[in-house]
Amino acid sequence: MSNVLVFVESLEGHVRSASLPAITFAKQVAEQGGGGIQLLLVGKDVQAAAAEASKLGVAGVVTVEDPALEHYLAESYAPIVARVAKDKGADVVAASATNLGKDLLPRVAALLEAGMASDVIAVAGPKTFKRPMQAGNIIATVEVQTKVVVASVRQTGFPPAEAGGSAAPIERAAAGAVDTLGAQFVSVNAVKSDRPELTEAKVVVSGGRGMKEAANFKVLEQLADLLGGAMGASRAATDAGLVPSDLQVGQTGKVVAPDLYIAVAISGAIQHLAGMKGSKTIVAINKDPEAPIFQVADYGLVATWEKAIPELVEEVKKLQAARR
Amino acid sequence: MKILVPLKRVPDPEQKVKFKGNAIDYSGTNWVPNQFDEYAVETALRLTENASKGGERVGEVVVATIGPKEVSQQVRSALAMGADRAILVDGSDDNLDAEIVARTLAKLVEQEKPDLVVMGKLAADSEDNQVGQLLAAYLKWPQATFAASIEVADGGKALLVGREADAGVETKKVPLPAVVTVDLRIILPKAVRNGVTAADHAYPEGQRYASLKGIMAAKKKPIAETTLAALGVPAGLKVKTVAVEAPPARKAGIKVGSVAELVEKLHNEAKAI
Repeated sequence: MSNVLVFVESLEGHVRSASLPAITFAKQVAEQGGGGIQLLLVGKDVQAAAAEASKLGVAGVVTVEDPALEHYLAESYAPIVARVAKDKGADVVAASATNLGKDLLPRVAALLEAGMASDVIAVAGPKTFKRPMQAGNIIATVEVQTKVVVASVRQTGFPPAEAGGSAAPIERAAAGAVDTLGAQFVSVNAVKSDRPELTEAKVVVSGGRGMKEAANFKVLEQLADLLGGAMGASRAATDAGLVPSDLQVGQTGKVVAPDLYIAVAISGAIQHLAGMKGSKTIVAINKDPEAPIFQVADYGLVATWEKAIPELVEEVKKLQAARR
Repeated sequence: MKILVPLKRVPDPEQKVKFKGNAIDYSGTNWVPNQFDEYAVETALRLTENASKGGERVGEVVVATIGPKEVSQQVRSALAMGADRAILVDGSDDNLDAEIVARTLAKLVEQEKPDLVVMGKLAADSEDNQVGQLLAAYLKWPQATFAASIEVADGGKALLVGREADAGVETKKVPLPAVVTVDLRIILPKAVRNGVTAADHAYPEGQRYASLKGIMAAKKKPIAETTLAALGVPAGLKVKTVAVEAPPARKAGIKVGSVAELVEKLHNEAKAI
């Protein structure tokens, strides 16, 4: 049997879309091994998000609520996930490989004495998965040997699960004593944006250190907004303080695989390539013809961003006007 | 403060991966310290010195590694950077997974009783991103993963850690002892504040290079050797790698001559806009 428990992240009454690929993964595993899917939401008040989650084509939803669980901490969340996994007889425990998922799941695996597969991109069997290694230069097939399996799911490997069908039952489970081992959440400097989330956008426009100043990103934002895309950046640009660190694409930061990735003034360090190589079409605009980014680009343009981007904005506008 | 820093050697990430049938061909591999672990060594050194007084030591840094004898080369380089001593556990990558590595480190923590374990957030080869979290769980210690900044708090009894979280940088407070895994930004000039070094001190960016004096001193620093069996770590992989392959190749791209040509190709050929 492959009963799967998926830990689902929620934010302000909604399921975080970052969690949806993990549910698709769960459906594939349950199909392979024959089993049902339960979703788990943990927090201070997650009923609204749980109602949303119940419509994602699963067997059931479990919620665990307590004021002390308002802020995520691996120390307090992991024992809850492990306990619900045992109660529900889960054979597989999964979550998307967000920073939260990566922080949480190994602790869950330790409590369940389970082997864990990280960053799964494909299901080859109930306990056999494919995953990238060495900055995406190796695809490994791993076989988890333990009775219970823990897996983190790379978001770009699976399409998001879609709502449909009738709502599954929602069950409230007790939080029990919440122990954070002394750890405390202090603060988070979250950045609000009206643009689509970086990891889900169909188009990503990324800038590198060659953009020189924070104000210069405005022209990239203009391009991103025209294309309905998200903004990204290289490590060099975030380290230099040009843009907030949550925009970083790469081994540190987010892994993205949009339909169109436009890299502007980005040289293409291995650690950046690891985060965007899976994109369908890659465009590189860089003044240095030897920049490594050109090796992965479908279309390369040797030009300065100062000249190319305003032109590109105008050309895209023209194209969009002609289409109307 | 006494800090244990686990260090792994990995194939040079700049080197092209060679495959031999269903396995990786390591015959021409150039082994280097895992970069995130080098950052961890740098972090530990910053935490245990008074940089305002010429780097006077105010703590101890013990480097631990699991691997074949040749790993002593990468360990020596950490000692040359300034770590005080090292422990080498004999082992081969084929017989290790994240769980066995974490169990081994837990045994070393029992022996050494450090106040803190600082390590890279992941190894650049396997990229499991598990060992720090597993170790913290086995020790029943709190964890602060993906650290971009560390500040010693409560008179050395706790750390305020700025973490790379999904929405931005999250600040988490952990009492010691704890496990911290470091991310790239930990080597920025003012990322580590230990309460001893002047608060406005700015380090050069990146991990420090070994000085000639450091290299000479490293030759005399002790490397204790032990084995998984001597430490009582049970064998038996929980996760087996059964095959490896190259990722599907991207088809070669082209250079375009103008923005107009780029837009034309994106529209008509790639159908991306």
